[in-house]
Amino acid sequence: MHGPELDRLVAEARRQLEICNACRYCEGYCAVFPAMTLHRAFSDGTLVQLANLCHGCRACYHACQYAPPHAFAVNLPRALAELRVASWESLAPPAGLGRFVQRRAGATVLALLSALAGMFWALASLRPPSGTGFYAHLSHGAMVAIFLPAFLLPLALLARALRDFWRLVGGGRVRLRHLRVALAEAASLVHLSGGGQGGCQFEKGDRPSQARRFAHQLVFWGFVACFASTTSATIMHYALDWPAPYDFWTPPKLLGVPGGVLMVVGGIVLASLARRADPELGSPAHRGGEAAFRVLLVSVPASGLLLWAAADTVLQAPLLALHLATVLAFFLLAPYSKMAHAPFRFAALVRAAQEREAAGTPRGAVRASS
Amino acid sequence: MPDDPDFSAATREVWDVIVVGGGNAGICAALEAVERGAKVLVLEAAPEPWRGGNSRHTRNIRLAHEGPVGPLEGSYGEEEFFSDLLAVTKGKTDEKLARLVIRRSAACLAWMSAQGAAFQPSLTGTLSLSRTNAFFLGGGKALLNAYYNRARDLGVAVLYETPVRHVAIERGRFRAVEIEREGRRAAIAGRAVVLAAGGFEADLDELERGWGPAARNFLVRGTPYNRGEVLHDLLAQGARAVGDPTQCHCVAVDGRAPKFDGGIVTRIDCVPFGIVVNRAGERFYDEGEDIWPKRYAIWGRLVALQPDQIAYAIVDAQARELFMPSIYPPIRAATIEELARKLDLPVERLADTVARFNAACRPGRFHPTERDGLSTEGLEPPKSNWARPLRVPPFEAYPLRPGVTFTYLGLAVDERARVLGPEGPFEGVFAAGEIMAGSILGEGYLAGFGMTIGTVFGRIAGAEAAGARS
Ligand SMILES: Cc1cc2nc3c(=O)[nH]c(=O)nc-3n(C[C@H](O)[C@H](O)[C@H](O)COP(=O)(O)OP(=O)(O)OC[C@H]3O[C@@H](n4cnc5c(N)ncnc54)[C@H](O)[C@@H]3O)c2cc1C
Ligand code: SF4
Ligand code: SF4
Repeated sequence: MHGPELDRLVAEARRQLEICNACRYCEGYCAVFPAMTLHRAFSDGTLVQLANLCHGCRACYHACQYAPPHAFAVNLPRALAELRVASWESLAPPAGLGRFVQRRAGATVLALLSALAGMFWALASLRPPSGTGFYAHLSHGAMVAIFLPAFLLPLALLARALRDFWRLVGGGRVRLRHLRVALAEAASLVHLSGGGQGGCQFEKGDRPSQARRFAHQLVFWGFVACFASTTSATIMHYALDWPAPYDFWTPPKLLGVPGGVLMVVGGIVLASLARRADPELGSPAHRGGEAAFRVLLVSVPASGLLLWAAADTVLQAPLLALHLATVLAFFLLAPYSKMAHAPFRFAALVRAAQEREAAGTPRGAVRASS
Repeated sequence: MPDDPDFSAATREVWDVIVVGGGNAGICAALEAVERGAKVLVLEAAPEPWRGGNSRHTRNIRLAHEGPVGPLEGSYGEEEFFSDLLAVTKGKTDEKLARLVIRRSAACLAWMSAQGAAFQPSLTGTLSLSRTNAFFLGGGKALLNAYYNRARDLGVAVLYETPVRHVAIERGRFRAVEIEREGRRAAIAGRAVVLAAGGFEADLDELERGWGPAARNFLVRGTPYNRGEVLHDLLAQGARAVGDPTQCHCVAVDGRAPKFDGGIVTRIDCVPFGIVVNRAGERFYDEGEDIWPKRYAIWGRLVALQPDQIAYAIVDAQARELFMPSIYPPIRAATIEELARKLDLPVERLADTVARFNAACRPGRFHPTERDGLSTEGLEPPKSNWARPLRVPPFEAYPLRPGVTFTYLGLAVDERARVLGPEGPFEGVFAAGEIMAGSILGEGYLAGFGMTIGTVFGRIAGAEAAGARS
């Protein structure tokens, strides 16, 4: 994990965290500060770990007496965001691809258009002689042939990236109890609650708001429901010999339709919050890439819902192509897009649980007097 | 911005309550006054990003309480609180006002929370401060942000970059404030005024009067805007003064800290684990007198009395992990001689000082977190604890300078926060916060008490000022 830009980002995060470590006023906001206090000096790996623990809630920026225009220029949400995304870029192989997708909105558009062209081609040239529902347009076998690798390849790449991350941050053997702690923190998004002050300080300047936590929960649980929907359909197809199409009162639809709606609503809210948020408190270089990712995130469930609504109409074939293209692009880009935040954040939470346990105390020493 | 509509409107209005200074005390007064239906204007000298004075650097507030409540553990009664205050002030406190602050502090937590303040759950490692002090989630700037948001919601008007130059008092009664904006003067009229503009710690000329030219080398830990203008303006109009005009609270900070606003992070914590020498390469005080939190406040004054107001704390590699590092890198060398050259100290003298210190150290058990009694023998001045020879390179040094926290001179007030003139209280003139704290905190410092005085007296002043309009 090296290069002139990464070195600069690491050095800047280190400079700022050394100030924070002497101050510690923000200790109550999130997991970053208690983890920080366990260190006296920050290795590159520790900095990457702290960057991935940060949820970008921006509370520490608004609280900081050293924020610009102070000469110390502490802007921790930005320093950590820049290092965080740069760490994903450098950890997800092949080198350069993450950089391209994370920074350029055009990369996601290009991926989507290519996937769309590919799907139209598949629909046109692989059209099965018979079949019902979607399978009238593309056979089940063809879908599996396209999507199984498109699903497994990014997973394998992410697994590799996570292994390298784990080495870099000096992670130890993962126990069930570490996973339990991390899972509870991830599922509740407790670190977007601002340490009990009533949320992030993201889209309304220094006023706390729960909007971001709430919208992220919609997307997260919507995603889980959609995933469960696909899983249930797979089980029904293979184990119960009950192929699609499914009507509304079956698990794939009962999970998929509300899940899709949650994702669309949550994704649109997240996008509008991001538009209102101050770009200077995030990573400006990654703003375009992030915005494109949000569009992709919404377009997957939105096209799925449209497809469901357009069943048995002339729009079914083009909407099928669109939906499959968004899914394809979403999965193939996962290691290189903002989606990477999910596995890395989770790994960082696991690592933080380990570190707390090893330290024996939940928090480090604090300067008492003033 | 003389044609700023907010500003021209403000000058045409007659305000119920004008608050001078938007730090903790001022904003508490504004909130209390607006809640009573008063039309309130806050005038703040600093630009918006720098609002909040020294309050933006704070971390906690000391509060009396009968039992565990919110972030506070155990209980902290009036008598214990008062005796803590007596101990640090050596009796230099107005008992009536002090007890008023202590008693009223018990109601602050609920009030602050209702205004949007958030606190941090009690932390381990805060040296039992979680019993006496409530820590602000995110520190004082976060607290002030919440207060400012609340003030805006309730309709308080705030003008930034608007220093008050003069408070017009006619026949003992408040009339108007004279402000300066973009080089132009203007008057803003009001029925009552709350003076909450802090002390004069940022006015080096004034500090020079008490300290001589040495004051030029002081660093100011907080805002550059607390220049004591309003304080001195009132004193010139016959207001009664309290507190020693020459004294200030001073701690040792890293000599490389900025002239202003370095805040909490420029502190130096390594003194008990090494030695401190002056410009001449000589030790001048017992570095191991007591644990650091109990001693750091005296080192500002000690350094201020040394030539050029500079000193150097020197530790060896054994000490490195024992203290929080400075945010500035140590000056490092393989030998004491090389270190002396890097620090521009007399080489032989420093080597001799270290050699004599090392020779005076005795074997024994070293314990970094308690007074271990490991002291020097036959050395003047002695080092009474943690005296271990400096012998493991690299040797590291941190420059020390006096860092001023606040000044003691202030306005005398009564228990209704009315500023006292030659013939009793002025009408419609109230004071809160550091500008009047000298009555209560005449000497020394009690952690978290500055915010207690500001919150309690800010609220009293705001309520009284709102009442004074009718
Ligand atoms: C580094 C540091 C840490 C501290 N930590 C703590 C702590 O943890 N707990 C604690 O209780 N105390 C602490 N203190 C002390 C504490 O800061 C003060 O006691 C408290 O902030 C005083 O509040 P105030 O509202 O009176 O003054 P301030 O907060 O200083 O506010 C005064 C305001 O008046 C404005 N002003 C000045 N002159 C004019 C003018 N002419 N016209 C208009 N506006 C003007 C200033 O810009 C400023 O905003 C600390 C001090 C420092 C320096
Ligand atoms: S962000 Fe600022 S206030 Fe918060 S811990 Fe860091 S230096 Fe202190
Ligand atoms: S932005 Fe939020 S999550 Fe990130 S370090 Fe600051 S307080 Fe923690």
